[in-house]
This record gives sequence, C-alpha cells and structure tokens, in this order.
Amino acid sequence: MMQDAKLLEVQNIGKTFGGLAALSGVSLSINRGEIYALIGPNGAGKTTLFNVLTGIYKPDSGNFRLEGVEMAGKKPSEMAKSGIARTFQNIRLFSNMSVIENVMVGRHCRTRGGVLGAILGSSRTRAEEKSISEKARHLLDYVGLARHAHMLARNLSYGDQRRLEIARALATEPKLLALDEPAAGMNPLETDSLKSLLETIRRDGITLLLIEHDVKLVMGICDRLAVLNFGKKIAEGEPSQVGSNPLVIEAYLGVS
Amino acid sequence: MKKALKRGLYAVLLALLPFATGMAFGKTWVRILDFALLYVMLALGLNIVVGFAGLLDLGYVAFFAVGAYCYALLASPHFGLHLPFWLILPIGAFAAGIFGMLLGAPTLRLRGDYLAIVTLGFGEIIRIFLNNLDTPYNITGGPQGIDMIDPIRLGSFSLNQPTSHTVYSYYFLFLFFALATAFVSMRLQHSRIGRAWAAIREDEIAAEAMGINTRNVKLLAFAMGASFGGLSGGLFAGFEGFVSPESFTLMESIMILSMVVLGGMGHIRGVIFGAVLLSILPEALRYVGPIEQSLFGKIVVDPSSLRMLLFGLALILVMLLRPAGLWPSPARKRELLAHGETAKHENTNIYDAGR
Ligand SMILES: Nc1ncnc2c1ncn2[C@@H]1O[C@H](COP(=O)(O)OP(=O)(O)OP(=O)(O)O)[C@@H](O)[C@H]1O
Ligand SMILES: [Mg+2]
Repeated sequence: MMQDAKLLEVQNIGKTFGGLAALSGVSLSINRGEIYALIGPNGAGKTTLFNVLTGIYKPDSGNFRLEGVEMAGKKPSEMAKSGIARTFQNIRLFSNMSVIENVMVGRHCRTRGGVLGAILGSSRTRAEEKSISEKARHLLDYVGLARHAHMLARNLSYGDQRRLEIARALATEPKLLALDEPAAGMNPLETDSLKSLLETIRRDGITLLLIEHDVKLVMGICDRLAVLNFGKKIAEGEPSQVGSNPLVIEAYLGVS
Repeated sequence: MKKALKRGLYAVLLALLPFATGMAFGKTWVRILDFALLYVMLALGLNIVVGFAGLLDLGYVAFFAVGAYCYALLASPHFGLHLPFWLILPIGAFAAGIFGMLLGAPTLRLRGDYLAIVTLGFGEIIRIFLNNLDTPYNITGGPQGIDMIDPIRLGSFSLNQPTSHTVYSYYFLFLFFALATAFVSMRLQHSRIGRAWAAIREDEIAAEAMGINTRNVKLLAFAMGASFGGLSGGLFAGFEGFVSPESFTLMESIMILSMVVLGGMGHIRGVIFGAVLLSILPEALRYVGPIEQSLFGKIVVDPSSLRMLLFGLALILVMLLRPAGLWPSPARKRELLAHGETAKHENTNIYDAGR
C-alpha cells in the first residue's frame, strides 16, 4: 500500500558527457499529487535529469519507474504516452503554428485518426477532430490564452509562450508534468499568476516536477524539494529543512 | 451559394481550357497542358515531404520512375503482360510508396544538407539501375527503355483513339487525378497527421516529446509523397507509350522542387501555381528562337541555354524578393513579414534540447 503513494521512483541515475559527470547516483522519489522541486546552481544537472526522464538522453546507469513500470531506455514519444510530459528551459514551441494548433499537437498521442480517415472524412475522424479542438480550446481557457487562440505562437509574449508550453504538455494528459524553469523571464505579476496556475494543476490531480531558480516561488509552492550540485543530490526534504542545510548554503554561495 | 457558383465557374473554365488552347495555339499546347497536370501531381506529392514535413528531397523523380516503369512492365509486350490501368495505377502508387519508405528509413536521423545529398544519391541510384537492368536478364530495357506501352483504356474505350483526340482525353483524365491529389493533400494538411508533420517540421525534439513517433510520421510523409509520384508516373507511361531512364534525371527532381519552392512551400494553391507556371513558361521560350531569327537575322543566343539561364535568374529573384514563394500561405507570409528571418530552425542539436 505504501508503494501506491509513489508516482515516480528514480534510482541511481548516472549520466556522463565526455569526462563530465552531469549526473551521478541520483535517486529520488516523487509522491502522487505533490509538487516536487529540483533546484541547484547553473550546470548542476537539473535539465540533464529532465532529459533522462523524458527519454531524450539514455542514462548510463540507474533506472526509474513510473507507477512501478520500468521506463529507462524508452523513446521520448513513449515517455509522453506513458504519462510524463515536459516543458523546455529554452522554449520550444511550434512557432509557426497557431496557438491552438500547438495544443492540438499535444493531443496526438491520445488520438488515433489516420491517413485514410482523414482523406475520406469519416465520421469517426470528424468527431475526433472536434474533440481535439474542443479539448485544446478548454486548455487554452485553463491557462488563460483563449483570446490568442489564432495567433502564431511566435508572436506571443514570453510569459504567454511559457503558458502555452504548459497547455501543450497538459494536452498529453500527463501523470507527471515536468516544468523546466517555467518562471524564467517572467515579471513578478506573471510569476504570481503562474504560481496560481501551478496550484490549480496540482489540485486537478497532476503531479508536478519543477525546476526553478526563483527561490521565493519554489519555497512558497513546493511540498518537497531536492538540491543538485555537480550532478549529485546534496539535500532533499521539505522547504524549511532544506533551506537551513549547510551544504545547500555552501553550494549556493559558491564556496569551493 | 456563392461558393457553389464560383466552383461551377472554375469547372467550366477548366473544361473549356484545352479546347480554347487547342484552337488558339494548336495541339502542342494542349499536350503541354497535359504535362502541366502531371507536374501538378508531382509537385503536390513532393510538397507533402518538403512543404508539410520539412524534409528536403532531391531525388523525388525516382518515385515518378517507379510508377512509370511499373506501368510499362505490366502493360506492354515487354513481358507480355497487359493489365488494366485501374489495377496498375494503384500498384504503381503502392510500389512507389514502398520505395519512399526505403528511402526514408535510412535517412531518419538526417536533416537539411545531409538529407538532400542522400536523397539525391537515391534518385541517381534508381536511374542507374533502370539504365543497367537489361543484363543479364532484360528487366527494364536498359537505355532503350520500354516502348509500345498500352494506352489507358476506360472499359473498351482507348484514350488514344482517335489519335487526333488523344491530348484532349488525357487532359480530362489527368485533371481528374490532379484534382484528386489536391483534395487528398488538403484533407491531410488539416488532419491529425498533417499537424504532426507540421510539428516535426517546426521542432522535431519538441514533437517527439509531445508524444509524436517522429519515425513513423516521417516514413508516412515519404510514403504518401512517393505514392503521388508513382501515380503520376503511371499516367505518364500510359500517355507517352514509352519510358526510358532519360526522363528521370536529377534535373527533373530539381525542376519539381523548384515548382514547390517557387510556388509557396506548404501552400497547396501556391504549389499548383508553381507547377503550372514552371511547366508552361519554359515552353513559351521556344518562340524566342524564331523571334531572334526575325530580329537579328540569326540565332544570337541558343534558346535552350537561354531557358536555363532565365530559369536560374527567376529562381534567384524569387528567393531574394519573395522568399516564401510567389503565392505563400497567409500564415507563412505573416511570419516572414513579422521577422525577416528565414532559416533559423536548423538547431535541432540534441544538446540544445533543454538548455
Ligand atoms: N549534450 C551534452 N553534451 C555535453 N555536455 C552536456 C550536455 N548536456 C549537458 N551537458 C553538461 O552537463 C552539465 C549539466 O547541465 P544541465 O543543463 O543539466 O544543467 P542545469 O542544472 O540545467 O543548469 P541551468 O540552471 O543552467 O539550466 C553542464 O556542465 C552541461 O554543460
Ligand atoms: Mg537547465
């Protein structure tokens, strides 16, 4: 029964680039329904861990399980299908597609319409298309971008582009939503509304994994967090515990 | 109501076009129209790969060749087979689709220049095979090709009878297939598959991370595009009654790619426009010879080299002045106007994935 609380279990993940150990022996577990944050100085390996969890990199060692199912080595598209969705630190939208089309692409892995159905315009395909665009519209509403539905994604403001990435990831119906610095480049007002969006997402039953440099945001929102430094996990726990950990303070003040 | 009226008008115009052309300029020009329609199909097929999915293909004519040889082998005295066209056309399209996947499979990881070079090589390999597969067993007829190919027959009615009407009957057959390919392109573009193609064109890593199996979706683009080429090739073989490797050179691939790029990549109407324009304009230059003759009393510039010269010049001018093509889709036009940048997306380096 205890097992059921755990959504993601990461064990001993290691990843090296050339001689550089971007990750070494990282283990952590994320409970269902929590907001779990990942912090650490630049180059600590946070994004690398995301890339491993979403199948973009294969780990050199270790493994991880989602709901008890072994995941390491799967392709990114299979990760998305199994329920891990992500956003990117340097926004990667489909910039020449409209805002709503971006979200509709996110529905790809939950729908099945093929070539023949599209050509013949079968009623099944038409119904599916309708449900895709309805769902996309709903998600745009959800993140507050409905009024921009038909703009090209590239013409959105920075903050809105980050929201669109979240909507697109939500369209895949993830169990775990991994956000790589969602507040980067946002002004305090935008950060505030992002915070309430993240809380809404969690309330709707999606587990969040969050990389963030904005300490105030992280401490205010997460249930637990882990600190990475030079590819190693140096602390884990609730915000209040981690904040007073001398190792963490040292990592952040850059004593070496 | 207004839309129906407009459609009706187009239908009448398209139906009258060959007869008006025939009366005004003679049958040669109706034949040129027939070829323009074949090129429309080819350009629409290549547009799926290049325009929709963003994969450069410089060997596209290979699929045209596969379709043409399929028809030639299955409906000529060469092997003594005489299957009906409604059976061969799908076979040709299907075979071309398989070849499309054969090309697609090893090139899945390639983009841009590298993909261009491999596809170019593929196109040449097919042509060289066709050229040499006459020994030890005569399969393709070698450089001589295959002739006496059966004309296309609808029931017992041969489109080549009476001979004086041939170009007209083929016009309507080709028109039907060109409209069908345009329709299929349109349906695909606005479907789940079409969106997936657009997504991999925009950002392959993000597309994959959003749950799109980029391998399958790319192979599908190659196969669909190739099958249009195969279809067009079958029609070509039935129309010409003769195929040889000479018709399937790199120059043809480049020509078809130019139609797509010049017209407006990814925009179906633009691509059709590009195909018609580029198949008709070079023919018009045939008149340059006689004009030079009457002006200067001799041929100053050889019309055929003038053709290539003007063609190159036109391409350069269009790329400089209208980088999205002569008739781009409204969205693409907006995006080019908004940011004067054209080729910013080739940074699909994996290292870039999250940084
Ligand atoms: N594909 C790669 N090839 C070589 N080195 C890489 C690659 N990906 C990451 N690295 C290196 O791994 C280390 C960790 O990088 P990572 O992007 O995970 O850091 P990060 O914690 O996300 O930092 P930031 O806060 O700046 O985003 C860095 O030293 C980086 O240069
Ligand atoms: Mg990072």
